[in-house]
Amino acid sequence: MAPLVTVEDLHVDFDTPTGRVAAVRGISFTVERGECVAVVGESGSGKSVTARTLLGLAGPSARVRAARLELADRDVRGHRPRDWRRVRGRLAGLVSQDALVSLDPLRTVGAEIGEVLTTHEIVRRRERAGRVSHLLDEVHLPDPQRRARQYPHQLSGGLRQRALIASAIAGEPVLLIADEPTTALDVTVQAQILRLLAERRAAGVSLLLISHDLAVVAQVADRVLVLRDGRIVEHGPTDRLLRAPAHPYTRQLLAAVPSAISRGRRLAGPARAGDVRATLPARPEVRADDTVLDVGGLTKRYGEHTVVRDVSFTIARGETLGLVGESGSGKSTVARIVAGLLDADAGTVTFEERPWVGVAERARRPLRRRLQLISQDPLSSFDPRYTVGRVVAENLGPDVGRADRRDHVVDLLRRVGLGADLLDRHPRQLSGGQRQRVAIARAIAPRPSLIICDEPVSALDVSVQAQVLDLLAELRATDGTALLFISHDLGVVHHLSDRVLVMHQGTVVEQGPVGDVFTYPRHDYTRSLLNALPTLVTAGRPEERNP
Amino acid sequence: MTVTVGPPLTETPTRVLADPSEPAVRRRSRPRPGLLAAEVYLILLVVAAVWPAALTPGDPLAADPLAVLSPPGPGHWFGTDHLGRDVLTRVVHGAGHSLTIGVAATALAVVGGVLLGLLAGLTHRVADEALSRTFDALSAFPMLLLALLFITIAGPGTASLIVAIGIATLPHHARVVRGQTLVVRGSGYVEQAITFGQSRPRLVLRHVLPNVVGPVPVLAVIGLGEAILAAAGLSFLGMGPQPPSPEWGAMLSEGRNYLQVAWWISILPGLAVTATVVSLTVVGRHWQARFDGRWR
Repeated sequence: MAPLVTVEDLHVDFDTPTGRVAAVRGISFTVERGECVAVVGESGSGKSVTARTLLGLAGPSARVRAARLELADRDVRGHRPRDWRRVRGRLAGLVSQDALVSLDPLRTVGAEIGEVLTTHEIVRRRERAGRVSHLLDEVHLPDPQRRARQYPHQLSGGLRQRALIASAIAGEPVLLIADEPTTALDVTVQAQILRLLAERRAAGVSLLLISHDLAVVAQVADRVLVLRDGRIVEHGPTDRLLRAPAHPYTRQLLAAVPSAISRGRRLAGPARAGDVRATLPARPEVRADDTVLDVGGLTKRYGEHTVVRDVSFTIARGETLGLVGESGSGKSTVARIVAGLLDADAGTVTFEERPWVGVAERARRPLRRRLQLISQDPLSSFDPRYTVGRVVAENLGPDVGRADRRDHVVDLLRRVGLGADLLDRHPRQLSGGQRQRVAIARAIAPRPSLIICDEPVSALDVSVQAQVLDLLAELRATDGTALLFISHDLGVVHHLSDRVLVMHQGTVVEQGPVGDVFTYPRHDYTRSLLNALPTLVTAGRPEERNP
Repeated sequence: MTVTVGPPLTETPTRVLADPSEPAVRRRSRPRPGLLAAEVYLILLVVAAVWPAALTPGDPLAADPLAVLSPPGPGHWFGTDHLGRDVLTRVVHGAGHSLTIGVAATALAVVGGVLLGLLAGLTHRVADEALSRTFDALSAFPMLLLALLFITIAGPGTASLIVAIGIATLPHHARVVRGQTLVVRGSGYVEQAITFGQSRPRLVLRHVLPNVVGPVPVLAVIGLGEAILAAAGLSFLGMGPQPPSPEWGAMLSEGRNYLQVAWWISILPGLAVTATVVSLTVVGRHWQARFDGRWR
């Protein structure tokens, strides 16, 4: 029998005002019936465009060419919108990243799924409601009858994603295209969604899984295609590809994933098979009694709702404390309080042996420069009118004379691996990684003793993330800066932190040296976090958990 | 399955394909006759205001009893009024009055609006509430009514006309600036600047004010048209410059008794007002569309 999907020499170009941009440059692959094929790549690799092309959704400015483009024995080249409508939902369903934008906010979940049933005339009107709740039950949405009457905004991220999957499978498609289906989700919810996708495949549906995350792919995929700049650089069975990657780019991607094994080593740069990455520079010794920050009994309420409850921890000079937790755990609130941007309702914060929270801003101001903040979205933290040079120069102290400022800024940019040619550029013209480097240059300008990093690499591609993490590790070694490193990614925290704090529903459920906490978790929540984590078995690594 | 091997490994910066705040390529400008006409008209208007004699050498007040109520034609392109004064000369000389009043009133409204709006956006809740409710209350009155009220108290004349229109349009600017201030105040970059240990006045001057006033110039251009219209309206009612000043509104008022026999006395100054307001709006909207989201 012919494969379900056959793609041969697919090219997709986009007409932009600046000219034609090639997004996909001649890729070929097949998906067999009941098989799960994963397409892995970083942003701009063309993976989403490939997936969307299979549904005729590449967009009006896309120019699609292919030697063969077949879906269930049907040549879809030259399909008109009307033909595509028969393909979508019935032959192939799409599950995209953000269910909140994919589901109509003005319609109930039930109506949304019901529409698919009506469009493809799958059931009679009388049977529709029953079929909808059956579908919601299939995706394990609790209390399907009630949920069907709810609107997308009334559901949590995980439930929304289930509802979206229910709408995608409503037309009983033979192919499910999942474009980053778990990227916006917490790790425990991600595990549930992955299980759900695996279930669909067991039910005989083929799966085309698009992801930037190799660990996610490892869970479900039979075969993996690695995409880069619109070309397939490597493909093969998942197991073989992860254990013995042949192409340097695949090896580089795998080696860039931060985890327990990568501790103390660089993540970025080319990697050869089986080799070990260079070690990071040695750090000044950390003395536990030499504290920079002392937080005691921190509590924050919003009305009735307590978002942070009795949180206490210390950070020693030069130490890196990881703070992990899922969304809504209160970790960002802690960051904002410690950064002096939010007042606490109870508790004390002492920074460099002086009271920090609950004191007048005037008293805090001289110390402010000693504590810096790096956020997830650097662009929004830059004044929109400022050039790179001005952004960095703003945080130079008054002690730096006007004449020396430029030299200082150039020096700071050089330290974060950026050239002086960026001085007059606008941050909007930079890539995500470059922007975060600018933010780091600005943060280290006043030589702070503590930097709060609030999800600093969450928005970055894995190889860019690797470079930024390497940079942070280098800087803390040379400057002896302490870091409060906040992340939802356990692997990143395990890679970088000395000690870790696990937060759940506003409280600290566990803290201790990172190796102990992640190897012998004592609290149930920490254990569930670790169990939910997709495991990645890779070259030279034993069957070991990822973080 | 074909495997195409990619280019050598280097760091490739993320391609930013579409940044909505910055058009990748400026669209090739199509000729826009409406916009061009508006711009030409406004240039003529400014010339008329600064140096009216360049356009019409005559005296706007010189009466010619022999040419009373003569219709538009050679010699008097816009005709003459009931005293035999050349309407074109008076319309050209009137531009100075209208523009002065409009610009001065708008400047008053913009400066006052920016200051009060910033104040409202930056102070504590009680003061903000008091200011905002005042703006709301003032905005509830039609602008002309508010201006009339002021002139009734202060007496007619050019100066009180300016102040009246300025005060009447101020709340609009203040509300826009207040809203913008709240947005900027809560933005990531202001928050970040707090962590640099910058003082409050410095924060306001460096980050808040420059990012708040971005949209103001365009609003001011559109507001200028409104102010000129209001000035003409109030002058028509006798609240502005007094006859025989060649003010457009006053001319309309003078000519309205002759509308049946000599339409040109009223209609042509009226058209000057209309053309000014339309031109300012066209140019203002064009700038708005052009600079929208690109204040930086």
